[in-house]
This record gives sequence, C-alpha cells and structure tokens, in this order.
Amino acid sequence: MSGLRLNTLRPGDTCAVEKIVSADPKLRMRLLEMGIIKGTQVEVIRYAPLGDPIELKVRGYRLSIRIEEAASVIVVKLS
Amino acid sequence: MIAQAIHTAVKNIAIIGNPNCGKTTLFNSLTGLRQKVGNYPGVTVEKKEGKVLLDNGTEISLLDLPGTYSLSANSPDEKVATDVLLGKLPETPLPDAVICVIDASNLERNLYLLSQIIDQQFPVVAALNMMDVAERNGILIDIKKLSTTLGIPVVPTVGSKQTGIKDLIHAVQNTIRISDHARRWKLPEKIDSEHQELVSLLVENEKISERAAYFEAQSLLSTPHGIETFAGSYSQQVLSHLQKDHETLDALGFDRFSIFVESRYQWIKLVCDECITVQQRKSEQTISDRIDAVVTHRIWGFVIFFVMMATIFQTIFAWANVPMELIGMGFDWLGLQVGNIIPPGDLRDLIVNGAIGGVGAVVTFLPQILLLFLFLGLLEDTGYMARAAFIMDRLMGKVGLHGKSFIPLLSSFACAIPGIMSTRTIESPKDRLVTMLVAPLMSCSARMPVYALLIAAFIPQQSVLGFISLSGIVLVSMYLLGLVMALLMAFLFKKTLLKGQSPAFIMELPPYRMPALKNTLLHMWERSLVFLKKAGTIILGVSIVLWFLATYPKLENGTPSEKLGHSIVGRIGHFIEPAIAPLGFDWKIGIGMVSSLLQREVFVSTMGTIYNIENADSQSLSLREQMQREINPETGAPTFTALTAICIMVYYVLAMQCLSTIAVMRRETNGWKWPMFQLAYMTVLAYAGTFITYRVGLWIQS
Repeated sequence: MSGLRLNTLRPGDTCAVEKIVSADPKLRMRLLEMGIIKGTQVEVIRYAPLGDPIELKVRGYRLSIRIEEAASVIVVKLS
Repeated sequence: MIAQAIHTAVKNIAIIGNPNCGKTTLFNSLTGLRQKVGNYPGVTVEKKEGKVLLDNGTEISLLDLPGTYSLSANSPDEKVATDVLLGKLPETPLPDAVICVIDASNLERNLYLLSQIIDQQFPVVAALNMMDVAERNGILIDIKKLSTTLGIPVVPTVGSKQTGIKDLIHAVQNTIRISDHARRWKLPEKIDSEHQELVSLLVENEKISERAAYFEAQSLLSTPHGIETFAGSYSQQVLSHLQKDHETLDALGFDRFSIFVESRYQWIKLVCDECITVQQRKSEQTISDRIDAVVTHRIWGFVIFFVMMATIFQTIFAWANVPMELIGMGFDWLGLQVGNIIPPGDLRDLIVNGAIGGVGAVVTFLPQILLLFLFLGLLEDTGYMARAAFIMDRLMGKVGLHGKSFIPLLSSFACAIPGIMSTRTIESPKDRLVTMLVAPLMSCSARMPVYALLIAAFIPQQSVLGFISLSGIVLVSMYLLGLVMALLMAFLFKKTLLKGQSPAFIMELPPYRMPALKNTLLHMWERSLVFLKKAGTIILGVSIVLWFLATYPKLENGTPSEKLGHSIVGRIGHFIEPAIAPLGFDWKIGIGMVSSLLQREVFVSTMGTIYNIENADSQSLSLREQMQREINPETGAPTFTALTAICIMVYYVLAMQCLSTIAVMRRETNGWKWPMFQLAYMTVLAYAGTFITYRVGLWIQS
C-alpha cells in the first residue's frame, strides 16, 4: 500500500509520509518545516463540514491543510 | 569580571516563538503596561516593545517579535522576525539576547525554531511555557536534561499564571555567562563538510558575519533553483563552488531541498526521546477533541458558528448603545460649555459645530470598535477563530480567498476599520489586500441611520406573506447586496489585478484555551489609542474644512436651506446635479452625498439642515414627513419616491464615504495608492449600481 495521496485517506486512518511532490517550493518548505518529513506519522482526524480542508494530527498537534495540498503528500497507510 | 562587563551590556532582548505558544501573554507579564506599539519602517508589521526592570535596577528593552514557525518563512510578519534576528533591519539593533518561548505541550515543532535560533548563536533562554497543559496531557519533561541537551538555560513558565516570570528574568540576566553556543544538530557528513566550506567562502568573499553565512549557506545548498538565479548577488567564486556542491550532492542522491529540515527534526527527535516521558492518558480524547467534534461538526458546526456571530453582533449593538449615547452627550455638553464661553459668531460655530461636532461623531463609534475587538480577541485567544477559518475556508476558497478572510469581512458589518485592521492575520499580502479592498462594502453601522431614515419615510408599511414586513426585507436586501458585491469584487480582483496563486492554506488548529482577559484588554487599549490618534487627527482637520465649505460664502438673509445652497458645498451640489440626475437625484440629495463623502451618517444631519429642522437625528419623524411632502417645482411630482429612496440606499451600500477607512487603509498599506484605488472603484461601482437600480425601477413602474 504505497504511493497513496494523503487526501485519499479517511478520518481515523494513520499513515507515514513518503515524500512531498508539490512543484511549489514554498509550499513544500512550509510542510517540511511544520514537521511533515519522510517517515512522520500522520493521522487524519476529519474533513471540514464542506469537505475541504482536512484536519491532521502531526507530531502531537493539529494541522489543517487544503485537499489540494494534501494531494501533494505521498504516504504509506499504516492502519 | 569579563562576564560582568558583558552582562551589563544586555540592553535589547527579543522574544520569539511559534504562533499560539503563549508568547504574548508572557510578554505582557514581563512588561505590564510599559509597552509601546509602533511600526517597522517600510512595512505594516506592528512593532511591539516593552521595558523590563531587572532586580539590579537596570532596565532592558524587550522586543516582541511576530510569531513564526521558522526563520525561512514568508508572510510579512514572519519575515520581520527573521530579519531582526539576522540583523537585516537597519533601524532595529541586533538583539543582545533572545528569549525563545516554546510550548511544552507541543515540543517537537517548537524546538525547530529554537534550534534555528541557537544556530544564530545568540545568548538564548528557552521559556518552557504551557507546562500545565503538557502535564495534563501526560507529557513529562525532564527540564534539567533538556537544558543540558540543548546547551541553554530552560525556564518553566505558565504565562497565564505568572509562574516562572522571576526565574525567567533571572536567567536572562545570566544568559551570557551560561549559554553554550554549540550547534548540536548534525548533517550527514558529506553535506556538513560542503556546508562548512561554503560558510567560510561566504564569510571571506561576501564580507558577512559567520552566523548570517551559516543561514545563507543552507538556503543556497537547498535551493531548487539553478545557480544562474543568483548571478550578480554573489561573487563568481561562491557561485562556481556552489555549482560544484549542487552537482556533487545530487550525484550522491541527496534530496538537497529537504535534507536540512530532516536532519534538524532527526536531532529534535533524539532530544525529545531523551527528555520526555509520555504517560498513558486515561482517555485518548482531550477536552479539545471533544469540543472540536461538535464545533467542526457537519451541521452543528455551522449552527454554532451562525448563532455565535449573530449573538456577537447583537451584543455589540445592544451594549454599545449606552456608552455611545453617553459619548454623544459628553460631546454635546462640551459643545454647550464652549458655546457659553465663546460669543456667538463664526468662531463659536466653527469650534462647536465643526470641530467638536465632527470629532464627536467619529469618537461615538469607539464603543462599538472596542466591543468588536473584545469579542474578536476572545475568539482568537480561545482558539475558535482557527475553527471558523477551518469551516468557512471552502466557501471563501470559491472566490479565491482564504478562510482567514471571513472574520475581517464579518467584522466590517459593525465597522470597516477594525475589519481592515484584523486582516493582519492573513499571511498572503495579496489576499490581505483583496480582503481590505472589499471590506468597506459590508454594510457598517454608520449606514444604519441612513437606511433607517429612508426606509421609515418611503417604504410602504406592508407585509409580505402576511408576516414579513417590507421594510425588513429592504433592510436585509441592503446588507445582502453589500455582502454579494464584496464577494464578487474579491473574485474579480483575484482574477485580474491581484492575480496570483491562492496561497497554501496551512493552518494550525491550536488546542482550546481559557482566554487571558488581560491580553485582550491590553489589546483593546492599544487599538483605541491607535483609533483615536490616527483617525482622530485627520477627522478633526477635515471636519474643520467641511465646516468652512458648508458655511462660506455666507448669505446674510435666508433660510438655512438657502444658505446651504449658497455655500461652496451647495454650489458643488448644483454643479454635480447633471451628473447625478441619471440616478434620479436632485441637487439637495447631491449636497447630502457631497457632505457625507467623509462620513455616511452625515447624510441624515445634512438632510436635517436642508429641511430646516434642528437636531434631525432625534426628531427624524418630522424630517421624514418633510421629505415625504417635498415636491419637485419643475414636475410637480414628489421629489422622493420609494424608488429614489432605494437608489440612495444602493448608493450608500456601494460608495466609499468614510474618511476614517481611507486613513486606516493608508496606514495599513503604507501609501495612498490602494486607498485611492478603493475610493475610485467603489465610486464607479456605486454610480453604476445606482444607475442600473434606477433604470430597472423606472422600467418596472412603467
């Protein structure tokens, strides 16, 4: 189960980050610095009421990113 | 002896930390009311400084840097923080020491910034804040071990309870002696050696300090762009070396872009493993999780959001009423007292009606502004604001804006000034500008008197479907018109003038917290000073000018209406009549429009003057009757019809008639360009909108 995009996961799913494939270096850097690096465990908490953005649990804190940004994070599903 | 000498040199200390780490609370605890708010030269970012009195009697200055997650960040706020620490702001001296506030309940991500600051080799004290929250979450931190692992003093604090403040000050006093400036995170060997080489090369060739070079070398090595991007910025020696570095590292299979961040986080992981014990909590769900399950719920989330907003605005109107009347009475009393001292004549009229009346009309709005900031502050401090942005982002995204733009727009229903000021939380400068540009389209409280007068006078007392009053529908339509036009214009601006990729929406959802009331009150205090000072001085000047224009040249005999017609303002009214005739307006409405150019609600009192009624505001019933009876001498038909009234209202919805907003726009955008653009586009919009309304109205009537 590799090569999944983060936005395809359901609430409650946990995954490990493989890489960020965004073409926008600023966005990539931001995500990296917020702690989303290779191997980081990410749990999908919920989607916003209108389906976008998405709420994640990363390194013990809550982060929300848009579906578009989540689609640039490639992950391996853990559970 | 030497240490003592250096120690006394500690004068400027900067305080930095991640957003939501409790930095502001700590800053307020340290400085109390000894604060000064200004601006960094050339940028609109607020500069907050305070004084701290040390035990030995010396005073140090504490600079509150904007919250930031890292030193490579992009928003104007965050950039200032980085620039201060890298000594890039000419008028802000490099700090002698830094207090880095870290959130104990969120250590990993907070240590990232701390480690970057240690890299810069400042004497650093880490204020380990929110220890209580961490403990509640079952996170136990070995502070002594953390301090030795990091090589800097670590002081546990609970900003909201004043715990640890003394220790923190003490540590700051000793910081130079204790701090060990070693950079402890490790890069893979090959990159490390290339990095070191580049640092020495930069120091040699570019004549920059070692710490600036250390930072710069990282961004040069990690850049995704080719060397040619930097041609001209660096010497040939540096560039050719860099080219070689890029080739070597790429060939070795390193991801240059992410390796620096990854290496740092790997080190942080080691630090955390060593110093933190996580206890198994009784329940996996924190209180925050349980609140969030409701507040961001599919249905309840919106219900709570709308009920909360409705309550806040209702409360602002209800609570502000009494103080507003008191302020109004205060200014009336002042005018009366001054009137008793100065003999009747132009001077008295100028001071009482021009200066005191004009300034009073603006200051009357202070209670509303303060209340709005109180509620906004509470929403922000509790963490609800981030949730509001979270649930509204999709809707705002449709017009190309950010979820964070929603609250400033909503605030503008009360007053565009605090609305525009609250756009500071928006990271992207373009999005912030678009939000500021459309904010005044939201129907603010100053439009209310205009709507109220016109609806009461000209909208028939009818019910629709038996229970909804027509006046109510008209009123709501005006509010909706403003909202729809604001979103539409935002969409247009984003598509044309301020085109640009929608900035990434990457937002932390901080845990819910009890708000620190002291913070909010301090914030309100600052805001009111800014409002009174900046808007007040300009308003005073313009009120005086307006008085002259409405008074001269004088007509000795005649009704107030004739006198007004003879004055410059009156002549302007006549002059613009051909221009506004297509909108169905005559010269008297023209005067109303001209005199309310600076403040919308002046329309009501101008109408009062024209119709020879004193104190129009308190007796608008008779003004209403007068306006209803007004007959156009040329046609014999009533001057005002329901259609005219609606046209005037549409004009007032769309037109930019607020000097205070223009002044605030100038301040926030640092120039006249955007306020003038805003004035221009809103005027065009108002004219076109009114014209269409009038024509469509005539067509329906015929």
